[in-house]
Amino acid sequence: MALEALHGITRYHSKNEMLRDEMMIPDMENLSNQCQLAIPSIPKGEVNVGEYLVDETGRKIKLNYAHGTTTLGFKFDGGVIMAVDSRATSGQYIGSGNVKKIIEINPYLLGTMAGGAADCTYWERVLAKQCRIYELRNRERISVAAASKLLANMVYQYKGYGLSMGVMIAGWDKKGPGLYYVDNDGNRMPGNAFSVGSGSIYAYGVLDSGYSKDLSDAEAQELGRRAIYHATHRDAYSGGIVRVYHIKEDGWIKISEEDCKDLHYKYADEKSAFS
Amino acid sequence: LTADARILVNRARVECQSHKLTVEDPVTLEYITRYIATLKQKYTQSNGRRPFGTSCLIAGFDMDGTPHLYLTDPSGTYTEWQANATGRSAKTVREFLEKHYSDESVSSEEGAIKLVVRALLEVVQSGAKNVEVAIMKPNEPMKMLDVTNLEKIVNEIEKEKEEEAEKKKQK
Repeated sequence: MALEALHGITRYHSKNEMLRDEMMIPDMENLSNQCQLAIPSIPKGEVNVGEYLVDETGRKIKLNYAHGTTTLGFKFDGGVIMAVDSRATSGQYIGSGNVKKIIEINPYLLGTMAGGAADCTYWERVLAKQCRIYELRNRERISVAAASKLLANMVYQYKGYGLSMGVMIAGWDKKGPGLYYVDNDGNRMPGNAFSVGSGSIYAYGVLDSGYSKDLSDAEAQELGRRAIYHATHRDAYSGGIVRVYHIKEDGWIKISEEDCKDLHYKYADEKSAFS
Repeated sequence: LTADARILVNRARVECQSHKLTVEDPVTLEYITRYIATLKQKYTQSNGRRPFGTSCLIAGFDMDGTPHLYLTDPSGTYTEWQANATGRSAKTVREFLEKHYSDESVSSEEGAIKLVVRALLEVVQSGAKNVEVAIMKPNEPMKMLDVTNLEKIVNEIEKEKEEEAEKKKQK
């Protein structure tokens, strides 16, 4: 009864119930509770999960933790700009040139993808579900701080198990524009500007030199676009289509998606016209 | 049952802090009332437990400063009110409030305190020693009205009552 429930003992009322529970596939718990995944039976923290990954010849597969990508986001007076590339790599192989690295959590919250694509997409979808439930229960939209905290707490439970994500959560709530960086270590930081991924070093250079709080909408969008373009130009692991989103008070809008090749020639023309 | 109330208050306190930790915002009145009500409801639908023997009046201010008053009962329902009462003589006090509560009667702090004390004096033996008044203002900690002030107000009310009674007699 209550005492048993308190201790987690289940009392079976029939043999059928007992058999059904024993046959339940232990690895599929996330179908009923998405916040729960099967944890490998490796003692946490003692062993690096990467050591167990080998390919068919027995060679160790190198887990690329550098997050081969470039994503950036920054706050300014007119809201939040998010810009991303679209190349997916596994080692030196380009898996796809057209990955949607901005995940639309809901009409006023955006998340970016860096690191493991499956990890990011899965956990951001679970976050979308939690945000919607919050909205229904409390009859008001969830704040960016709370949404990013939900994600950080979900991911922290798997710290040390090999999740790989460096994500930015951005939106506009009662306190104004909000931007948070969340990663698989459980880091969660608010900030005015972030860039994540192997190409972030190049993007930061362009972003920091052109940034000011009172940029106009068009200037801010162009800054984001240029920063990603320059990263795709120099970083081998970034490329493809440059997508720019703008989050305003009433939600996000997709501003542009242009191939970095076209941007290259456009900027080259501008330079020659200038000189 | 005051022991039940103590347990409820403890759980509510923990939930308030837990909410602040996960959502980075203080609770809204509606949220904490819903939490207490859900807790009460759980005890009406599980084996081996009895419902909490308390009706709670939950009052306070949301983060943006709007005041709210909620009433919960042992069944787990909660409702929002401008004025209400609980307890053995709740009915009498409620009727008094229904007759005398109006937006202008509570527009001043003094007026509101007088209304509340008069409502209580309907059912309680008169005397400042039998009554406790707490005052809440936005972004300020709760303040208990001290005994000297309370006695002064009670005496004023008694005088007003006598004057009204005399007026009626004269008519």
